[in-house]
Amino acid sequence: MNFPSIVFFVLATVLVLSALRVITARNPVHAALFLVLAFASAAGLWLLLHAEFLAITLILVYVGAVMVLFLFVIMMLDINVDRLREGFWNILPIALPVAVLLLGIMGATLMGPYFGLEMRPPPPEVAEGYSNTRAIGMVLYTEYLYPFELAAVILLVAIIAAIALTLRARKNTRSIDPAVQVAATREGRVRLVSMPSEKKGVSAPAPEPEPPQQAPQQPK
Amino acid sequence: MVPLSYYLILGAILFAISVLGIFLNRKNVIILLMAIELNLLAVNLNFIAFSYFLQDIAGQVFVFFILTVAAAESAIGLAILVALFRNLRTIHVDDLDALKG
Repeated sequence: MNFPSIVFFVLATVLVLSALRVITARNPVHAALFLVLAFASAAGLWLLLHAEFLAITLILVYVGAVMVLFLFVIMMLDINVDRLREGFWNILPIALPVAVLLLGIMGATLMGPYFGLEMRPPPPEVAEGYSNTRAIGMVLYTEYLYPFELAAVILLVAIIAAIALTLRARKNTRSIDPAVQVAATREGRVRLVSMPSEKKGVSAPAPEPEPPQQAPQQPK
Repeated sequence: MVPLSYYLILGAILFAISVLGIFLNRKNVIILLMAIELNLLAVNLNFIAFSYFLQDIAGQVFVFFILTVAAAESAIGLAILVALFRNLRTIHVDDLDALKG
């Protein structure tokens, strides 16, 4: 039993146990923190598989951003845990056979003699100076450029959707309605008054007071 | 060296756990979203294991896209959850019966 095997089994044990705690934790905050632990051990496993770029991405994007978002939402919402937990174990007689059956089917396929997966030789060690990030970048910007652009569009859609879903207009905001601004006409704003011109040094007779016109309509 | 099937079995265990979690936490939308994340993690583990053992970088590129889509999905899911809580003051699944489904 060499060192990578020991690392694999330790990380796999941590991963499975923390995943079990994620789905059974009573407090959602604990569940989110155990999910962080699961992601961290999965990142370790990915490092073992020489996927360094994705392991770092998993830590940065998932632990750093998505799980913080989860924690933020959990703490913002006022959750009645007792009500959410009632009847939690009631469905176990159905759920456990389904999960065990799923695992049994997949395990029988993977461990059986069908694929010879155990016999598959491990790939050769990577050459010195090999960069996983560089290898991904080389194909990502050439062969997978179109999916890459689509992923960018998906992220943009997600940003706009998240903002549009949660944006709330404040009641006391002083911004003006653009439609009213566009609909404003000259007649509504400007009033021409005809009056005699002033003469310098001579006190002109007071002009006839005009009948008060209707005040221009103010936009509400 | 750890054989490929160990990684695949680990992915299968993780997948089964997340399915179990979706069953058990059927009333709590937040834990449901977390179970979906676990689900995607299991799939990603399989992709990366195959990518390593078959010496094909395409698996890792696909995991990259899965991570992107999963991040977008959880962001929108949590935004829906926040909007839901603002309107109903609850996230209990049984209270979400406006569509009479």
